[in-house]
Amino acid sequence: MNAARPALRTPAAAAHEPLDVAALRTDFPVLSREVNGRPLCYLDNAASSQRPQAVIDSVSRYYETCHANVHRGVHRLSQEATELFEGARDTVQRFLNARSRREVIFLRGTTEAVNLVAQSYARPRLGPGDEILISWLEHHANIVPWQMVCEQTGATLKVIPITRSGEVDFEAFLGLLSPRTRLLALAHVSNALGTVVPVERFIAEARSRGIPVLLDGAQATPHMPVDVQALDCDFYCFSGHKMCGPTGIGVLYGRESLLSEMAPWQGGGDMILAVSFERTIYNELPYKFEAGTPHIAGAIGLAEAIRYLETLGLERIAAAEHELLRHATARLNEIPGLRIIGTAPDKAAVVSFVVDGIHPHDIGTILDHEGVAIRTGHHCAMPVMEFFGVPATARASFAFYNTTAEIDRLLEALQLAREVLG
Amino acid sequence: MDLKDLYRDVIVDHNRNPRNFRPMPDADRQAEGFNPLCGDRLTLFVRLDGDRIADVSFQGSGCAISVASASLLTESIKGRSIEEADRLFGTMHELLTSDEAGVDTAGLGKLAALSGVREFPARVKCASLCWHTLEAALHRQDAAVSTE
Repeated sequence: MNAARPALRTPAAAAHEPLDVAALRTDFPVLSREVNGRPLCYLDNAASSQRPQAVIDSVSRYYETCHANVHRGVHRLSQEATELFEGARDTVQRFLNARSRREVIFLRGTTEAVNLVAQSYARPRLGPGDEILISWLEHHANIVPWQMVCEQTGATLKVIPITRSGEVDFEAFLGLLSPRTRLLALAHVSNALGTVVPVERFIAEARSRGIPVLLDGAQATPHMPVDVQALDCDFYCFSGHKMCGPTGIGVLYGRESLLSEMAPWQGGGDMILAVSFERTIYNELPYKFEAGTPHIAGAIGLAEAIRYLETLGLERIAAAEHELLRHATARLNEIPGLRIIGTAPDKAAVVSFVVDGIHPHDIGTILDHEGVAIRTGHHCAMPVMEFFGVPATARASFAFYNTTAEIDRLLEALQLAREVLG
Repeated sequence: MDLKDLYRDVIVDHNRNPRNFRPMPDADRQAEGFNPLCGDRLTLFVRLDGDRIADVSFQGSGCAISVASASLLTESIKGRSIEEADRLFGTMHELLTSDEAGVDTAGLGKLAALSGVREFPARVKCASLCWHTLEAALHRQDAAVSTE
């Protein structure tokens, strides 16, 4: 690798010591660039995070030294690529604390994982009168696949309401459970509001009635340790690109007993043991669900991202982000006419807000002019916007490499927006 | 690229005090416009007198660029013929999307204030939404317009 590139700087600090943010920022090449003549202030991490050099290098190294197709060749490169790819699966298994590597399926991302479960698990098992339960907080990726499967089967989609603080209403959930509930699909962390859903309570209640549970973990895995055995969920979905990994790679964890019973979703190479025109024998788990050449480089990059995050320490990351959330919440509340949407007591480092008289889209443009990147719009959660009676919000979302000084720049840029449009 | 190129005084004024911002119970034509990217949503009303636009108004919510653009649109096409409005649509489209600053803004009046939008590609759809909605109202009755 290029020796001039900055090395990974992760001193072996004790778990209770705070992260050395100034040092680890140099791990992220993009953080040194400028936007409109100002240092980039990247506060759109809930949409997609940035990549450390270690992840970029792991992907380059794979392409530079040992790219070949996996599971196919007897030659050296194919063996090395297979080792790296399957090693990545082991890394994910450990990261999620899955019982077996057969429960770890590489897909394009959270969206594809939810769709796989909708089509391969739910669709053959649902009929008219059956019910799928989701919450009002969900990202469109955890709404639309279920609507599609309901259209296909005649099943009904039921929605657990949320409270004014943006929490999933547990009492209402209990009221919505019925003998016809066939699946509960919940966000672990809300992308639009940052609410950390206390999923354990929901899972315990659902599982005690024999209802399987899918968690959309896209916003959770970047911010907190996830243990699928402790959670006792049946399916867990997440994406690489929100946790410092490549785009186009994600994971479906599924309880092996359920995955075994499910038919393949897509057919093709790699998911078969034997094919003739009369009959095809499907491959075993997890390959049954991985038709075609997988995103090998993506899986390798994701494993490197997991190693990077684990070296920093997920608990320390959570602590650093909590401090950013606390600082941002306090500072934003100083601005007259600013209202934070989503005030649950337990939140990931996401602040969604609206400002009287200034549309979020204008805020986004003015902030960008100052080098501050945030997301504006409905955040792929239009029902959440509708619930709070706003067409859109501005959303700042933080990663462990952000600083309180960057939050202060967000505040300055918001003051400018008020001057320009107020 | 200066913020004031985008948020010129005319635009800030029309955002704060949009003109012809009202429903029109006796409208002959109306169309809905929606920009899913940012949630801009507007309804445009037109009352015709022959082929002349006797009255035009709008309602809805959106960013400063989309509200000001719709407000300026209503001011500029009231009293004009459908053919003139179509020609203006073509000129505005060019003004908002052309790479060069060569568009003749002489006949545009206050609408020329939107020329700065060109420098902010993410915002072009905000400014053009009302014009596409007008075209739908004039030529495709009851059509819903989406920028996506």
